[in-house]
Amino acid sequence: MAINSQHIVIIGGGPAGLEAASCLGTAGYRVTVLEKENQTGGKLLIWDKLFPEFRNSDKVLNHLSNGFKTNPPQILTNAEVVSVIPENGQHRINLSDGQAFQADTVLITTGFKLYNAEKKEEYGYQIYENVITSFDLEKQLKTGNPIRIEAGLTPRRIAFIHCVGSRDIKSGNIYCSRTCCITGVKQAIEIKRRLPDAEVFNFYMDLRMFGQNFEELYIEAQQKWGVTFIRGRVSEIAENKDNSLQLKAEDTLSGRPIKMSFDLVVLLAGMVPEPRTVEIGKSAALEFTSGNFLAGLDSHISQNETNTPGIFIAGTCREPLSVAETLTDARAATVKMISWLRENETSHKKSLIKRDND
Amino acid sequence: METEGKKRVWEEYQKEIADDHYFYVRSCIRQTFFPGSETTFLKILQNDLKKDVFEDARHTTCTGIGYHTDIVPLETTMTVIARHFALMTEAGYVNIIPSCVTSFGLYTEVLDTWRHFPEIEAKIREYLWKATKREFKVPENLVHTSDIIYKFRNRIKDLSKVSLINKKTGLPLNVVEHIGCHYSKMFPQSGVGGAEFPAVLTGMIEAWGGTVIDYPERRHCCGFGFRQYLVKANRGYSVSNSKKKFESMQPYQPDFMVANCPGCSMFLDRWQYTIAEMEGITYDSNGTGIPVLTYEEMAGLVMGYSPWDIGLQMHQVSVEPLLDKLGIEYKKEDKYLGSNGQNIGEPQKPMFLIV
Repeated sequence: MAINSQHIVIIGGGPAGLEAASCLGTAGYRVTVLEKENQTGGKLLIWDKLFPEFRNSDKVLNHLSNGFKTNPPQILTNAEVVSVIPENGQHRINLSDGQAFQADTVLITTGFKLYNAEKKEEYGYQIYENVITSFDLEKQLKTGNPIRIEAGLTPRRIAFIHCVGSRDIKSGNIYCSRTCCITGVKQAIEIKRRLPDAEVFNFYMDLRMFGQNFEELYIEAQQKWGVTFIRGRVSEIAENKDNSLQLKAEDTLSGRPIKMSFDLVVLLAGMVPEPRTVEIGKSAALEFTSGNFLAGLDSHISQNETNTPGIFIAGTCREPLSVAETLTDARAATVKMISWLRENETSHKKSLIKRDND
Repeated sequence: METEGKKRVWEEYQKEIADDHYFYVRSCIRQTFFPGSETTFLKILQNDLKKDVFEDARHTTCTGIGYHTDIVPLETTMTVIARHFALMTEAGYVNIIPSCVTSFGLYTEVLDTWRHFPEIEAKIREYLWKATKREFKVPENLVHTSDIIYKFRNRIKDLSKVSLINKKTGLPLNVVEHIGCHYSKMFPQSGVGGAEFPAVLTGMIEAWGGTVIDYPERRHCCGFGFRQYLVKANRGYSVSNSKKKFESMQPYQPDFMVANCPGCSMFLDRWQYTIAEMEGITYDSNGTGIPVLTYEEMAGLVMGYSPWDIGLQMHQVSVEPLLDKLGIEYKKEDKYLGSNGQNIGEPQKPMFLIV
């Protein structure tokens, strides 16, 4: 296979980065993936089952690693990028350990960070033992061990709280994190599968079941699994003497305030940009969305291109996306990158010819 | 419960508290309900901590009660508060310390409004000039008086004669702390520790040896709530809110409660009597109720002041069981003696509440 000499650096070895590396490698480009952790896979390493089919996340990870059969990328782990500097028509990528890479084009796929649920002080995360996030629950589910609360007991009543740090001007994030709704439905069913006698409640503002089969899963949660959905935001959580949790909310459908006790409360914390994404973006003079994600050049026709030529973005570093959407977005970005590289290669050659003639 | 998590929250809500030279503004209702509290505050600051505290007899209500019951328009409230700032400016002070939590909340709200809408401040300055020919500077430092005691809690500990420890068992006393809603619920950044896990009273209690109880209805209103008490027909609602709190804290067996709001201290104390008379129940094990202190009274006891000099005879729930736990000596016969040594008169005995 003929390898194109043009060099592409992908910052971030999560689902978007790996999918893009696979596509660009197959297209014959020389690709380097820089991953800050000690292994690639991103948050897929944490997720247990993926909505809406409850597919094991390992299956997607296997798909991503199988994509490197031809022209595999160079993958560097523990490689923390601190800046991307446009330089002589190329880009210099600087790492925290002093290493630097030159690239013809760069794809940023640095993903997201979970909203720090401690900021919603009224829910007492990291203060009350049995208040956890969907992230914490996912880690627990992935172990395959029985679901337990802090005292080692089986929870009998579990609450999910939606929109923690999303669509909440007070928390500073006005945008919707999109995937929390379906995550709440998925995790509620997962708990009912493992603890059929448990009572599971979802407290929500409204449910945004945007994806294929999401709405069906929401209906299944109610009809097949008996999950209760209460439309109302939770105002506060307090700890009872037995370490169970007292939750106050308003049921806006019945128009009544409610007070209930739970053994476990799961906060569906939203997505926020990785701080390092912001730093990298600033170093390359990229533009940001109002939620501080990396901004595409055009919200309809150029979502993966940025205001700095040669720098592309994909996945949840640019907006909250599901795993499926992230993979699609990565593939879309590679098409734009290949077009850009071809155009750039032609002009690069023309400039070389012109210089020779002069 | 993870205390490290609470500490992280507290670190988010620290504020500047001036070290000295305070313009002190009293509370309308605290002077009536617990008159010894403000005197005790002044004694501690002026005599023990050697601080400069100034007050002006021309200071009036901030209109807080009228404002929160929709009787006084906001412009009037702002002009009255502007006059207080003028008195402060004329006296040469820049640090204002309201004794009342509602005044503190209202001053904070007014200053915040002026920051966002300078044209309103300009209008209020015009109103004040037309009405009184006064001008003012906005305070450089506005804090509640409980913030001052919080700031000097370790100095007070160094000077203390009494710890919040049960003399007989040697164990820390279990204390319910209650923050007035207007202290930080409207402006969390204005309160030490914020609104959800306020540290202002907790800091005092822990510095002086006690343990704080975190019970499920800790954040709930004391029951005063202005409108639910001031409208007579709503008073059942006021009592039921207090009852909810008492029932929630009862399993933790608190030795006493402390509040930083004049209204909260009053209602947590008086409604225990009311509920005892209505239902024949109290929320302690011996029928005397759970004593309620203001933070100045708590500081006064820690400093070794006489319980009757700081006005503890004004409480509905008897404080003697608490004094016994603290090992504070007192003469029962002196309880109702005024500062002139004359008997000020004893209140009528309740039917159920043991006093």
